[in-house]
Amino acid sequence: MDFAALTSLVIFLPLLGALALLALPSAESIKWTALGTTLLTFVASIGLFMGYDPSVSTAEMPQMAHVVGGWFPDGVDVKYFVGIDGLNILLVLLTTLLGPIVVLSSWYYIERNHKGYYALLLLLQTGVTGVFMAFDLVLFYVFFELTLIPMYFIIGIWGGEDRIYAAIKFVLYTLVGSLLMLAGVLFLGYAAGSAQGIGFTTDWYNLIDYTIPLGTQTWLFFVFALAFAIKVPLFPLHTWLPDAHVQAPTGGSVILAGVLLKMGTYGLIRFCLPFFPNAAQSAAVLIAVLAVIGIIYGALLARVQPDAKKLVAYSSVSHLGFVVLGIFAFTTEAMQGAVIQMINHGISTGALFLLVGMLYERRHTRLMEDYGGLASSVPVLTTFMILSVLASAGLPGLNGFVGEFMILLGSFKSTVLDSTTLVALATSGVILAAVYLLHMVYNTFFGELTHTENAEMTDMTMREFVLMAPLAILMLVMGFYPQPFLNQTQPTTDFLLETIEAKHIAAIEAEQEVPVSAVHSEDTEAEPAPLFDSMPTALRTAASSSPASLSPTR
Amino acid sequence: MDSELLVRLILLLPLAGALFSGVLPLFLPQLRTSEGLIGTVSTAAVALPFAFAVYLFATFSGDPIITSYFTWMAAGDLSIDFAYRIDELSLIMLLVVTGVGSVIHWYSTGYMHGDSGFWRFFAYLNLFIFAMLNLILANNLPVLFLGWEGVGLCSYLLIGFWYTDLSNSAAANKAFIVNRVGDFAFLLAMFFLFREVGALDFGTLLAEGPGIDTTVLGFIVLLLFIGATGKSAQLPLFVWLPDAMAGPTPVSALIHAATMVTSGLYLLARLSPMVLEVPHIMMIIGIVGAITALMAATIAMTQNDIKKVLAYSTVSQLGFMFMAAGVGAFFVAIFHVVTHAFFKGCLFLCSGSVIHSMEHVEHDLEAKGHNMAGFDPQDMRTMGGLKDYMPSTRWTYLISTLAIAGIPLLAGFFSKDEILFKSFELGYSGAFYGYVVWGIAAVTALLTAFYMLRSYMLTFEGEPRWPDADTVHPHESPASMTIPLWILAGLSIVGGYIGLPAVIQGGDLNWIHHFLGEPYGGPVHELKDLATVPLALKWGLVGLGSLIAIVGAYIGYRAYRPGQAMAYDTALQNRLGGLYTFWDAKYHIDDFYNEVIVDGLMDTSKKVLQPMDATLIDGVVNGVAALSQSVSNGVSRIQTGLIQNYALMLVLGVVLVLGLMMVGA
Repeated sequence: MDFAALTSLVIFLPLLGALALLALPSAESIKWTALGTTLLTFVASIGLFMGYDPSVSTAEMPQMAHVVGGWFPDGVDVKYFVGIDGLNILLVLLTTLLGPIVVLSSWYYIERNHKGYYALLLLLQTGVTGVFMAFDLVLFYVFFELTLIPMYFIIGIWGGEDRIYAAIKFVLYTLVGSLLMLAGVLFLGYAAGSAQGIGFTTDWYNLIDYTIPLGTQTWLFFVFALAFAIKVPLFPLHTWLPDAHVQAPTGGSVILAGVLLKMGTYGLIRFCLPFFPNAAQSAAVLIAVLAVIGIIYGALLARVQPDAKKLVAYSSVSHLGFVVLGIFAFTTEAMQGAVIQMINHGISTGALFLLVGMLYERRHTRLMEDYGGLASSVPVLTTFMILSVLASAGLPGLNGFVGEFMILLGSFKSTVLDSTTLVALATSGVILAAVYLLHMVYNTFFGELTHTENAEMTDMTMREFVLMAPLAILMLVMGFYPQPFLNQTQPTTDFLLETIEAKHIAAIEAEQEVPVSAVHSEDTEAEPAPLFDSMPTALRTAASSSPASLSPTR
Repeated sequence: MDSELLVRLILLLPLAGALFSGVLPLFLPQLRTSEGLIGTVSTAAVALPFAFAVYLFATFSGDPIITSYFTWMAAGDLSIDFAYRIDELSLIMLLVVTGVGSVIHWYSTGYMHGDSGFWRFFAYLNLFIFAMLNLILANNLPVLFLGWEGVGLCSYLLIGFWYTDLSNSAAANKAFIVNRVGDFAFLLAMFFLFREVGALDFGTLLAEGPGIDTTVLGFIVLLLFIGATGKSAQLPLFVWLPDAMAGPTPVSALIHAATMVTSGLYLLARLSPMVLEVPHIMMIIGIVGAITALMAATIAMTQNDIKKVLAYSTVSQLGFMFMAAGVGAFFVAIFHVVTHAFFKGCLFLCSGSVIHSMEHVEHDLEAKGHNMAGFDPQDMRTMGGLKDYMPSTRWTYLISTLAIAGIPLLAGFFSKDEILFKSFELGYSGAFYGYVVWGIAAVTALLTAFYMLRSYMLTFEGEPRWPDADTVHPHESPASMTIPLWILAGLSIVGGYIGLPAVIQGGDLNWIHHFLGEPYGGPVHELKDLATVPLALKWGLVGLGSLIAIVGAYIGYRAYRPGQAMAYDTALQNRLGGLYTFWDAKYHIDDFYNEVIVDGLMDTSKKVLQPMDATLIDGVVNGVAALSQSVSNGVSRIQTGLIQNYALMLVLGVVLVLGLMMVGA
């Protein structure tokens, strides 16, 4: 069976669906087509899951790789190159799973311009799956930017009162980062290409094969990391997120929290760490500090929001802080935790946004004070909400705990971070998560029914039950039996960490062979220089060394 | 019979019961009112595991039975299995949890009769048992933690069971969050342990844990203890337990007296070889336990709500257990866990029976046209004379009151006496804090006998103090409630004989010590190299302990004897003045937490962080945005704006690229 085409099918099926939608006349037919397309894509992605074999190495080539090239002149190695490995398989599945769920959640929520909405939704899905599967940096960049436009319109057209402001903010933020990253991509492609004698290459495997001088690494890392940090978002670059979430329609929020934010953390693991291991390790403490600030800061702000959706939005800032911390711990436990936590966050926060959206659909308010006592009128919805809240708060036995536990455990033993205090502070997030999430449940669901409108509220419909059930089941399955999922990602995590370690050493050795400065040659020996110390070196290196001085590691 | 199968059944039956009562009725509404079916299934789901536990106990060979089912999570050095361990310690806990658990399930079928949430209640109760079994049977810390947080969840769900009253939900939130503070410390302890020994299963931890560098080990044990203070309601985290009384009374008996709150002790006993390596932390544990016990006892003296008295008494008794742990006598702590489960479980169930009948009184009075606003069926000030109407409740309450007071030959006497003796023995061996603990324990024992007798006298003796007492009478509870009372009362009488002091029985025949103690092949370690207390002194101490209990009980009886009603309370209030008010205000610990920590964090978030987020951080961004475009409303104009921005960014980007390339070249 030719799996190669399957990867591309999963990416472009939604796009085909989007094109088909444009020709359809009625809202009903559009909705059903969108649902059918996303379901079909999900089924196809199951094929990817079955076809992916974690025991087969992806050190040279991703599995089910699909390569189309030859559009550029010789010497420019830019191509369509997609594939599956342990890092993206679960993220792709999460994206395709959320596809039909989002369509179902929008069924009645979207009341106008169905054609535009569902077409953009499908286009967005193509962009996101493309981002996760691209193994060519330029292709990645194209998909990365492709996600921007549909999301901009989804917020800007179907959003709340301040949708325009939120949409622009979202785009501006992202653009600042991604354009800088484009510069980095071009530089890196040229540098690595020259060193390899091709001229220009953005093939991921070519790029991780080359060791970049320490100084160049620093600013390249900064450029890439900034783009991804905005996407995550890392404190203090997070302020676009609450606005975007609050204004976006439910479907938009689910996609945003579920998978769009993961493009940031995914990018950090896929590109920043293996491309620039020395710079990443030098910056690790700084970034981890920001991540931990984000954990606490996001939680504290979540607690004081009167708006339930904003509360969930700030909780994302807090939760993604854990993921970033895990990434920059450089231990297997923490990295595996980070990868699995990306999925977990998508499931539980996605569920929270869906549930808040269901309340909004019924009462057209997101303010918690307008609710109260809902457990009496909507018991099933309450049950799902409490389950999702507990998952999000990291209760053992549900999905959120597994990732958080592994991240914190792995960060605690990290020699790169080497800070008990930092991880202890991060761990305090488990207290705060309970504080703000239980506060929401308390205000919204418990007590007397104080508003008469709430007493007549209808409980979850069959459609809503169907879209929530898979997420609820996954919370339990991934809480009690996450190992099958961890097994999928393990080999790639190992490979990445080994690559990072090998390149880390190689870069230092390369530096010692050609010392840029007699003064600095000694302190670059064993330990990576802290970020601030390496700054002057960075500038000097960038100025004195041409890309041709890049040397292969093997 | 295959013991692995039994362990599996013991674990899975309560889970199956929870699913049966909790999930099926969600979809089949007619099941929700099938009290007989749900009550029977749920009780059987705990009673059968009890039977299996008895079998395991009877056939236990002395070698731990370890069963491992599947991998929970593994990565790098981390490898955690769903693995369970049956050994002496977990067997004792298993018998208590499933035994007392079954009795309380049975009682609940009567107590919860007619409640619209009957099904939900039993689902939570079964789920609790499942979580508790994970906690006590786990063979590694993460699975123990799964149970630990699981019981916390069930406690949350059950405290807030009657959710239409927001104060119940507030109490539930408080319990969960305060426990999370403890869990935070527990997590850190696990991280430390994993960093030090690279594994979290008990086999490795008990073998390599005691060898960890003392400074680090001190930290670890302290963190574990802080975790324990959350779950087991000790200073500084005990504040949630009195509020937790908002839950239905069987919950207070099962979770907040007999089982869950003793998990902290279980944790320390399980890891006792590590605790014993750090005597300075043991001293902290012992002293904190002693202060908590004394403090809670003084608060209990001022309480008028019958459940609040029992709640503070639980905090105090848990303090006794921590004293035992702090002086290195972990098996005594577990002994007290067992006897306490009997008499405190019984006391709480009795209070439930009392509250039930007082609710009927309230109901009858209302029917007679009385204005019952402000009437509280839990307030002892409006009780009195219940012994004539509720003989079973009265006798069982009296028996367990005498047991907790430490009256000789009842269960509480033996375990409390052993705690007193062990702390004295430690002092005698040269560690001065042993004497301190002993002294505080002795004073607390006196207070305990006093305030428990007070609660008995005010509730059951004297004249009824509710209005229209001549015509409105309370009724005894049904057999489904009184039989469980008698079972627990019986155990409160004989339960102590599993730990008959060696000095009484002669030799070293203390059974529970034999069974649990490390010198006898058990898993619970203890302090060695203690000086031998002379036999005469031992007898003297037993005598002193008995005297304290009897004197305390007698004072309590005299002070609240029939005809006196609440008079002594007023006298005490006058005599103690500000001190009494201070006790009554719970030492202002709750106020401190609310006003300093909670309000402080809220104010910081609201008045500092929130504005900062909106102005400082966002302001910079908005400023940048304002430079490149003016605010507009229409989508079309925005699009133009966007394109302008895009173009600007693109130009900037290109300039940057060119710049970098030039630098690079």
